[in-house]
Amino acid sequence: MADRVTQEPENREAAEAATGSGGAPAMTGDAEIQAQKLEAKGQKPAGKRDAIFDLEDVGVAYGGTPAVREVNFPVYEHEITALIGPSGCGKSTLIRCLNRMNDLIPAATVTGKVNYHGQDLYGDDIDSVQVRKRIGMVFQKPNPFPKSIYDNIAFGPRVLGQKGDMDEIVERALRRGALWDEVKDRLKTNAFGMSGGQQQRLCIARALATDPDVLLMDEPCSALDPISTGRIEDLMIELRESYSIVIVTHNMQQAARVSNMTAFFTVELDADEKHRTGRVVEYDDTEKVFTNPSDERTEAYVTGKVG
Amino acid sequence: MSVAEVEITRKAVERGARGEQVRELAFRAALLFSVGFGFIALAVLLVDVTIDGASLISYDFLTKFPSVIFPERSGISSALQGTLYLMVLTAVFIVPVGVATAVYLEEYADRERWWNRLIEVNIQNLAAVPSIVYGILGLAFIVRQPLSLGPVVLAGALTLGLLVLPVVIVVSREAIRAVPSSIREGSMALGATHWQTIWKQTLPGALPGIATGVILALSRAIGETAPLILVGAVAFVPFNPDPNPATGQYSAIPTIILSSVSNSDPEIQALASGAIIVLMAILLVMNAGAVYLRNRYEQKW
Repeated sequence: MADRVTQEPENREAAEAATGSGGAPAMTGDAEIQAQKLEAKGQKPAGKRDAIFDLEDVGVAYGGTPAVREVNFPVYEHEITALIGPSGCGKSTLIRCLNRMNDLIPAATVTGKVNYHGQDLYGDDIDSVQVRKRIGMVFQKPNPFPKSIYDNIAFGPRVLGQKGDMDEIVERALRRGALWDEVKDRLKTNAFGMSGGQQQRLCIARALATDPDVLLMDEPCSALDPISTGRIEDLMIELRESYSIVIVTHNMQQAARVSNMTAFFTVELDADEKHRTGRVVEYDDTEKVFTNPSDERTEAYVTGKVG
Repeated sequence: MSVAEVEITRKAVERGARGEQVRELAFRAALLFSVGFGFIALAVLLVDVTIDGASLISYDFLTKFPSVIFPERSGISSALQGTLYLMVLTAVFIVPVGVATAVYLEEYADRERWWNRLIEVNIQNLAAVPSIVYGILGLAFIVRQPLSLGPVVLAGALTLGLLVLPVVIVVSREAIRAVPSSIREGSMALGATHWQTIWKQTLPGALPGIATGVILALSRAIGETAPLILVGAVAFVPFNPDPNPATGQYSAIPTIILSSVSNSDPEIQALASGAIIVLMAILLVMNAGAVYLRNRYEQKW
């Protein structure tokens, strides 16, 4: 297991060099291996962890009103980092900073530093389009394009001008999204005809088709039934081998099941009690956050006493 | 509950229900009357025109030129071709300009800036300007200085284009706005640029709405008479419009209708009925096309 983890970065580089051939995660439905993976969670020695993101005093304001502030934590490579907390605590706002999706909201301003591999994403010489090529995103509500399944997947590689056999790229992305077997006979049909869970896996596959480094997932299962949710959770654990994942979730069991690290956010009222601002209360190994939290607010939330 | 109580309750219920029913019926009757008023007026108009003009409709009517001297052998070829030519040129002008304006206003314009708000208010007001004013504008700026095109079909098309451009812009903006932001976000999140997102996601999604709007704008333009007269569309032109849109005289169906109706010769007046039938047929086809496009391609998000 440890060997596999340390080898992953090399695999990624090799995959990039060959413009996206290979790099697919091992596809196993095997429950035993799944269990091993879960066991391995959080067991990596701290020295071996590479931070892919390092947030320094990050804050986001909408039209001058702070929505979330003073966020400081690293996000580690090849791990799943969960952001949990009550509604309005700025989890979604924060995750949208990680690939500069907040740029699309004119009134939003971001302060502090969002370091990605040591480079501030909000620096002067950073192109937000390039950022989004490296950092993919899956949204709360499945948002397939009104096109065929094939064209949904091919859209990203096409706009990025990726070379290579498009049929192959599409098949690989759908296999990574654990969707290939269900849709291989109807690739040309409209994606709107799929079930909600399939649509969300299509959106995940679509994000993977462009070979990103990181996958951001903003409440990806909130619109899905438990079976579809379970499939997506299995998929996330598989994808952790090749990608780093940040997930916002309202489902605490989900955070506990899949994530390695958990950040707990809470809402604080300003001194004048007018503005509600999100803050990070606790950031630690998921196991610790859920079994032995150091802050009583975290404990109250994860044990279901509040929220 | 005693028998008496039940009786009272039932009566109360019945009376209430009957009162409601009367009001309901009266309301429906009022609605039907309103619908009937417009519908019957239109039907009478159509029947009247058809009775007067149906006998005129023939292949010759569509292919012969209008003549004041031999009204019985007259046709509307030059006017029909002039109108079709006008529509094509108008469409060529309004589609790129209107859609580009709509894209700018919806996707790029920062509403905080005063000039963008000014443009918006301006467009809304332009939609309400009477068509004759556009005719004077066309005469003053397009036919004469500074464009100096002369009374040609291109000048007519540009004038009609200006007239319906606000409609196209407003409809296109609606269609663009109807594309959900989740589609834009999905596209941007994959690393597509703003332009790629507009070109490959937003505009294709908005296309059915835009196409419907363009057709409806053209069907407004096709019946416009006043501006065309001002910019030089002539009634009785004995030749088809020149393929070069910047030379030669042209005619259009509305001008020939106006001119024939105001003629004292009843035989020439009858020409108007035939021309109206042709114009209505073209309008019907265009509107049917718009309805078809909307039903067939409209995206349910």
